[in-house]
Order: sequence, then structure tokens, then C-alpha cells
Amino acid sequence: MSWIDWLSAVLVALGALFFIVGTVGLLRLPDLFSRLHALTKADNLGLGLIMLGVLPQVGGPLQGLKLLMIWLLVLLAGATGAHLIAKRALRGDGEDLFE
Amino acid sequence: MIHDLWLLVFDLVLVGTLIALAVAALSSPEPRRAVMLFIAFGLWLSLVWARLRAPDVALAEAAIGAGLGGALMLAAARRQARETAEGQTVVAQRSSPLAIWGLAFGSLIAAGALLWVYYQTLHGEPGTARLADLALDRVPESGVSNPVTSVLLNYRAYDTLLELGVLMAALMGIWSLGRAPAPFQPAGPALTAMVAWVVPLLILTAGYMLWIGASAPGGAFQAGALLGAAGVILRLAGHPAAGLPGETAQRWLITLGIAVFAVIGLALMGAGLGFLTYPAGQAKWLILAVESAATLAIGATLAAAYVGGGRG
Repeated sequence: MSWIDWLSAVLVALGALFFIVGTVGLLRLPDLFSRLHALTKADNLGLGLIMLGVLPQVGGPLQGLKLLMIWLLVLLAGATGAHLIAKRALRGDGEDLFE
Repeated sequence: MIHDLWLLVFDLVLVGTLIALAVAALSSPEPRRAVMLFIAFGLWLSLVWARLRAPDVALAEAAIGAGLGGALMLAAARRQARETAEGQTVVAQRSSPLAIWGLAFGSLIAAGALLWVYYQTLHGEPGTARLADLALDRVPESGVSNPVTSVLLNYRAYDTLLELGVLMAALMGIWSLGRAPAPFQPAGPALTAMVAWVVPLLILTAGYMLWIGASAPGGAFQAGALLGAAGVILRLAGHPAAGLPGETAQRWLITLGIAVFAVIGLALMGAGLGFLTYPAGQAKWLILAVESAATLAIGATLAAAYVGGGRG
């Protein structure tokens, strides 16, 4: 294994660690807001690190760009989802169905 | 050797989790929880398909099975919860023991048959000409280079036409069940900003999926599912019609897939070829026309199904 492969392995392992810690937090933390906090770290940092680890292994710049875009999409969706859940819990304003 | 062992462990975890998720989804007493578990099951199943090197099926499972199927079932569970809360009693139906035993017996026979087929494929006498070899040999003549698309839109085009019919019939059933539930409130600034980014991106990606389907995993069903997802997001963000046009235009859109399919088929018959037997030189463009129409129709049908009812 070259040093690039080692770098990939370390980054992917770190990313997996974030996912494990995030999952433990989701299961063990006491209230919704701290669980949300644990979850978004796993999504953003965990996936980001895994993507950085996989990036040196892809076939070309176009594939790398696709990975980067997937990460950005998850960031966008994760942040918005967490915001909506927190807003609903805090103010009871869930942008819900009209009654 | 060690590598093989790790792969085996990986596969066992993959399959074990899939079965556990299925059991959890089926045995959950609360509908919302069952749907959540079903969505997780669908995503996990798409991982299994990817591991089996069937990216086309993995994409379709993730987009339709987990994504849009999940959204539809969540909406149904929510509607049921509201109706129960409003005092409309939902009659719980208990299956009779006879039905359960019958089902168990049937599943056992099906499992036995599947095991036999599996055994035969591995150890049986190979026939003179395997269907897969015959089909793969003629992919270059089919007008597209992705074998999956060549089966779906050329060899087996008739099946795909009927699948579009099934989708349309399902929507007609939904429309005939009554009016759509009340729309969602207009989105706040954060959700509005996300929708403004994601919906155009989904439409763009649907176009990409449709085009790339000729040579790589993708195609009309995946592209249509992305369009449908754009509709679901718009509906959730407060657009009452999920971005769909007026009712007359909607009806045209929903029949478009079958119409283009049938017209091309009949025109080919008129030209002296069989129904949907594409002439060698023109296959690519005919398939692209059919797939474009099917993408629009599938997208509109899925979005309309999520809106969940006629206009009264």
C-alpha cells in the first residue's frame, strides 16, 4: 500500500468513527436537541471524511466532482432537515398540513 | 483467502440486517414506525442490489421502493392517524388462523422452488443456449449499449408498456377514492431556499438519468422517480398541486407514456414490422422518444399519487 492508500484508509476509518459515535449519540442522548446535534455531526463530518478518503481512489476528476456534489447535497438536506425538526420541537411550527 | 472470509462476513451482515429490518417492519404495531422501518429496509435492499452488481435495480429500489414508496406510505399513515383521531373508527382486521397457515405453507413452497432454481443454476446441466448469452450477443443491434435498457425498451418493450398501464391504473384508483387532503403550509425561509436549489437540480438529474440510461445504469423509471421526488418536495413546501399543471394537462401528461408507446408500436405495425419491433437503424431514436414520454408520465403520475386525490 502506498501512502495515498494509507491516507484513504485512515480518513475512511475516521469517518466511520464519526458515524458510530453519531449513532451511539442518537440512541443514548437524553433529549431531541442533543440527539439532533449527534446526528448532524455524523452526516456532515462522517460523510465528509469518508468522501475525502475515497477521493484519491476515484478514476478521474469528473467522478471526484460527483462525490463532492453528493456531499454538498447531503449537507444541504441534512441542515434543512435538522432545522425543520428543531423548529417544530421548539415552536410547534412544523410547516404542517393546513387543518 | 482472508479477503474471501471478510467478504463472506460482510455479505452475512448485509443479508442478516436485511432480514432483521424486514421482520421489524412487518411486526411493528404502529404504522408510522412500520413505514420508517420499511424505508430503511428499502435503502438496505438497494445496498444489497449494488453488492450483487445490479446498479440499475439498486437505483430503482432506492428511488421508487424506499423514496417515493416511503413518502406515499408515510402520507397514508398520517391520513389514517388523522382519521382515527377524528373519530372515524378503523376496523382492525384480524387474519384467520387458516389464512396464516395457508400463507406460511405457500411461502415454504415458494422458498423450496427458489432453492431448487438456485441449485440448478449452480450445478445443473447447462442447456445448449442460455437466454442471457443470446440476449447479450444482440445488445449492439438493440439501439442502446446498456443491456438493462435494451431488455426493458426493446426485447421486453411490451412488458414496460404494461407497467406504465399499471402505474396509470393505480393513479386512477387514487383519484377515484376522493379528494386530495389539505395542502401544506407555505415553507419558511430555510425550506424555501433548499427547495429553490434542489428542485431544479432534480429536474436536471432526471434529464441526465434519461440520457445516460442508453449506455449506463439509469433510464425512464429512475428519471421519472426523480421528477416525482421534485413534485413531492414542492408539495411538502406548500405548493398545493406539487408543481403539476391544471387537471386537463395533468391527464394528458399521465397518458403520454402509454400514448407514445402505443402510437410508435402501431406505426411500426403499419410499416409492416411487428408491434414494437424497431427497425435496426432507428431503434435508438424510437427508444429515446418512448423513454422521454415515459419519464414525463412516470414523474407526473408519482407526483399526482403523492397529492393523493382528485380535484373533487
